[in-house]
Amino acid sequence: MRKPRLATMWLDGCSGCHMSLLDVDEGLLTIAAKAELVYSPLVDAREYPHDVDVAIVEGAVSSDEDLEKIRLVRERTRILVALGDCAITTNVTGLRNPLPLKSIFDRVYIDGSDVEKVHPTEGLPTLLKHAIPLHDVVKVDLHVPGCPPSAPLILHVLTELLDGRMPDLRGRRFG
Amino acid sequence: MSQQISVRIDNELYTATEGRTILQVAADNGRSIPTLCYLEGLSAPGSCRLCLVEVAGVGRLLPACTTPARSGMSVTTNSDALAHNRLMALELLFIERNHVCSVCVSNGHCELQSMAQRLGMTHVHLPYNFPRLPVDVSHPRFVLDHNRCILCSRCVRVCDEIEGAQVWDISARGINSMLVAELDRPWGEAQSCTSCGKCVQVCPTGALVEKGQAVEEMTKRNRIVTDLAVKRGART
Repeated sequence: MRKPRLATMWLDGCSGCHMSLLDVDEGLLTIAAKAELVYSPLVDAREYPHDVDVAIVEGAVSSDEDLEKIRLVRERTRILVALGDCAITTNVTGLRNPLPLKSIFDRVYIDGSDVEKVHPTEGLPTLLKHAIPLHDVVKVDLHVPGCPPSAPLILHVLTELLDGRMPDLRGRRFG
Repeated sequence: MSQQISVRIDNELYTATEGRTILQVAADNGRSIPTLCYLEGLSAPGSCRLCLVEVAGVGRLLPACTTPARSGMSVTTNSDALAHNRLMALELLFIERNHVCSVCVSNGHCELQSMAQRLGMTHVHLPYNFPRLPVDVSHPRFVLDHNRCILCSRCVRVCDEIEGAQVWDISARGINSMLVAELDRPWGEAQSCTSCGKCVQVCPTGALVEKGQAVEEMTKRNRIVTDLAVKRGART
């Protein structure tokens, strides 16, 4: 029997959820024994593969690139997990949402710059009007709360999912 | 002497004093109904809709905090439909303004947040509103952050009913409702404010807080207000 194929993805977040994943420490060996890691910021795979069993996704959907990525993940994954508060509520990445995009760009690229005071136009993904939670654009199978979710919680979720069980996370701290 | 009545709550028969609300009778008998705007010792506006219960023979849901228990009444405080309604009411509170727990001084000590936990909320199904709202830091000791206000009106009631200063009010209607000091002036310029801080202590979220608090540092002591009200014999 083949091992479940595991992927992790980092959208608009601070990578703190992935840091918390690394904080699982020796639990990583447990996960490694149960799964094949096929895609992640931590592995060298360029394209998101087909036929993924479990994907944990950190961060909100903030740009057209994020949108493209999360749709591809959904298409190619059996169980999609929203990892952490940015993926669930937009959290810190959503702090910009009440502000018009132009005022944010002005603040960063005009007021915040000593040289070349221009808005960047090339080579950058276009920001959406709002950073939005994953479940606003794709079906999410499990929400793992926390900023970041604790290492024991991530280990629990991954071992349960990789053993074929869906954990019930209701009643945990929200936000 | 008040009359004793019999009330059935979730199929258990209880004796209660006439005039007590369903919420009070439930609480007297160790049954906790979810509430947010209600605070013991203050009047009950019945506005947050979390304490809605089913009463046999009544075609609509009733707020437990404002409905007096009546003799022979049969009340259901927990059903799938009620759980669904409560979660929906809670989600509406979360989408209305910007409740970003991870950067909130009340994170971990917030009644809105712990209600989400209690009701088993894992995410908010409705799209967030993301309104642009001001933060009033004009008061020397306290902060009013409209982003975190759920318009429960506890501050309005405590200032009126306990402190007697009547600084706070809710202006406008519906989604445009805003908490205002006096006739909508910066809090620091409100001459009727005694700076007693009762509004801060009863605020269930991080909307009214003390200055100088960092994330997760703001704890509230709303029992102070309840105890004060009970001692004065205002309400029980």
